[in-house]
Amino acid sequence: MKLRAWLTFGPEHVQKPMIWKLIKTFDALVVNIRTAEIKEDKALVALELEADEDTLEKAIAWLQDQGVHVEPIEQSVIAG
Amino acid sequence: MSSEKRTGPARALRCRECGHEYPIEPIHVCEFCFGPLEVVYDYDWIAARISREKITQRAPSMWRYRELLPIDGEPKVGVQNGFTPLVYAERLAKALGVREVYVKNDAVCHPTLSFKDRVVSVALSKALEFGFDTAACASTGNLAGSVAANAAAAGMDAFVFIPHDLERGKVLGAAIYGAHVVGISGPYDKVNRLCSEIAGRYGWAFVNVNIRPFYAEGSKTLAFEIMEQLGWRAPEHIVVPMASGSLLTKVHKAIREFVKLGLVEDAGTKLYGAQAAGCGPIAEAVQKGREIIRPVAEPKTIAKSLAIGDPADGFYAVRAIRETGGWAEAVSDEEIVEGMRLLAETEGIFTETAGGGTVATAKRLIASGRIPKDASVVLCITGNGLKTLEAVEGTLAAPPVIEPNLKAFDALYETLKARRKAA
Repeated sequence: MKLRAWLTFGPEHVQKPMIWKLIKTFDALVVNIRTAEIKEDKALVALELEADEDTLEKAIAWLQDQGVHVEPIEQSVIAG
Repeated sequence: MSSEKRTGPARALRCRECGHEYPIEPIHVCEFCFGPLEVVYDYDWIAARISREKITQRAPSMWRYRELLPIDGEPKVGVQNGFTPLVYAERLAKALGVREVYVKNDAVCHPTLSFKDRVVSVALSKALEFGFDTAACASTGNLAGSVAANAAAAGMDAFVFIPHDLERGKVLGAAIYGAHVVGISGPYDKVNRLCSEIAGRYGWAFVNVNIRPFYAEGSKTLAFEIMEQLGWRAPEHIVVPMASGSLLTKVHKAIREFVKLGLVEDAGTKLYGAQAAGCGPIAEAVQKGREIIRPVAEPKTIAKSLAIGDPADGFYAVRAIRETGGWAEAVSDEEIVEGMRLLAETEGIFTETAGGGTVATAKRLIASGRIPKDASVVLCITGNGLKTLEAVEGTLAAPPVIEPNLKAFDALYETLKARRKAA
């Protein structure tokens, strides 16, 4: 299963190797960075994540637990 | 794609980030960089076919500008939608302390009383051209009703996804048209992800996902109409509500297209964005001079139709505002209600919370001098107040009840007169 998502990192994460930690934590996860914009206080990374459904769910939960905002590439699809 | 083979004005889909082009298909993100795709047109093709005369001879609907919309043949859905009044708002202008105000009143847009009928008409017309038979959307209000109604009229099946705790009135507003309304429980980000996954798995026309590039183009008709109704003139200043930010970017595109085609002269239009303080990520980026939008995890505002925490077009809205020398404000819920009341009391137009936010934003911009007092301003009112009655509940006094005799009314009238005099 594949998920394409935008990851938003806050100032507390910008200088940390978060994606390396993600890969080390989930052996079965294939990660592909497609684009990234990194500023002093914020980073935006377009990431393709591929794994079985269970691993994918756990990986996303892990990112969220670390305080990383994970959003589908469409961003907010729920409109007013 | 060669222009010989084409039967419509759309030339391709182009990534707004890397510029990679794709043929006209129901896709919405760039396979290379995940950037959003946008419809690009052949303006030579359009210029040979469009003129003020041709437009004015057509029926008063949003489709009188069809050469600038991404469909190939005749419109199939929402043929009578759009062409809402542009109201010269003299009393509101006086109250706001500015020379001239026009209100573009999409609170009366046909058939579901919001500007979403414009985007949905284009999305579903294109969806039928692509061969889809099912329409879908995820919404907390206006979009749900519009997809359900326009799909029903077009004979399409419709799936509408809503948060499980949505107000009963809004659920009924979609269900009445026979749409499959599905409530989803859980936190907002999970609901959002599920909708995105459903859009990817099922072969439906998910209007603001895989049909989004076409859907968004429908917003341009709001600005086309404004320019025609101003007597073929681009506005000086225009205030637009921002949820995803898409409407503002399309107003910008529409003005540039009319200028490019020689239908109006460049008036150096300044674009201003209106958001709510409880969910104002785009306004924050504008005010702080940032490039990146900081998502709002838990929007808290009565303006539900503006409560998009991670706006897909936020970056582009910020850019359009900066390019034109405009600004953005995020107003409080109290200011939103005050804006709704002001518009209702001065112009007899009852708008939903988003419209109240637009009026309140204009008020702030005029008071701060960002919009000069001798300027002409257009306010985009995008939805009807009857849909958000709960926002004003409790802010208006309950009507007095009297005995059924003239004496009782005389007494009440004297009290009211005295109260008015004191005020």
